[in-house]
Amino acid sequence: MRIIAAIFAGTVFGLGITVSGMINPAKVLNFFDIAGNWDPSLALVMASALATTAIGYRLVLARKRPVTASQFSLPSRKDIDASLLLGSAVYGLGWGLIGYCPGGAIPALGLGRIEPVVFVAALIAGMGMARFASRRYTVVKSV
Amino acid sequence: MTEFTPVSALVGGALIGLGATLLMLLLGRIAGISGIVSGAAFPEAFSDWSWRIAFLAGMIAAPSIYAIYMGHLPEVTLSPDLVRTGLAGLIVGVGVTFGAGCASGHGVCGIARLSPRSIVATLTFMAVALATVFITRHVIGG
Repeated sequence: MRIIAAIFAGTVFGLGITVSGMINPAKVLNFFDIAGNWDPSLALVMASALATTAIGYRLVLARKRPVTASQFSLPSRKDIDASLLLGSAVYGLGWGLIGYCPGGAIPALGLGRIEPVVFVAALIAGMGMARFASRRYTVVKSV
Repeated sequence: MTEFTPVSALVGGALIGLGATLLMLLLGRIAGISGIVSGAAFPEAFSDWSWRIAFLAGMIAAPSIYAIYMGHLPEVTLSPDLVRTGLAGLIVGVGVTFGAGCASGHGVCGIARLSPRSIVATLTFMAVALATVFITRHVIGG
């Protein structure tokens, strides 16, 4: 039940990445290229995704618990530290170099091309290196 | 060059939000893809591993489902430079680990929860990505 639910949510999320064009690194890079042939599509993707999630979370988090788990797993940290700032800056550099973010690259694996496979393999290697380098931040939960 | 596609951007964005909402409703989890990948690649317990693999499998299946309805895979332009692709992957992997999230976890789920960490992280990686594209395309002409 939990596994089918996860596949379903992942499929809807992945369809969103695919339909929106975020699966296409060229489109992502053109969004960042305001001095060139700027493609503002991604601003609308973000706005639409944010609005939907904000409303969806409001409704869902009013419940006592999720359907297949005993509690909601929500990040609780509020502090803004050097790791957050530097890590995000490094991520921005890599994202700007190629146009794949993790959310765009995973569905791109389903295109049957070698490039996203190389990216995701390197992504996991980078995560491993960072985890090894700093055990202080071992559990990497997003947000 | 890519064209401005407002309708598919809005529809796709809504689906991303719906997928994130479903993951929260059904499993109580944030749809942060870097965190989900990290937990899938470096598992701690089977119960925390299987749902991640299932979610990622659904994401990977998405282009094929898209192709069934549309008759073709989505159009993409991928850099043929595999060295650059791998290098960028490494950099992103290190960045999202220390930054604790990416465009989905911070940019969508975190901001939707008005998390101050996510707002700061998103502004940071968007600004650096913008600067990186400006420098590689217009300053050194990469």
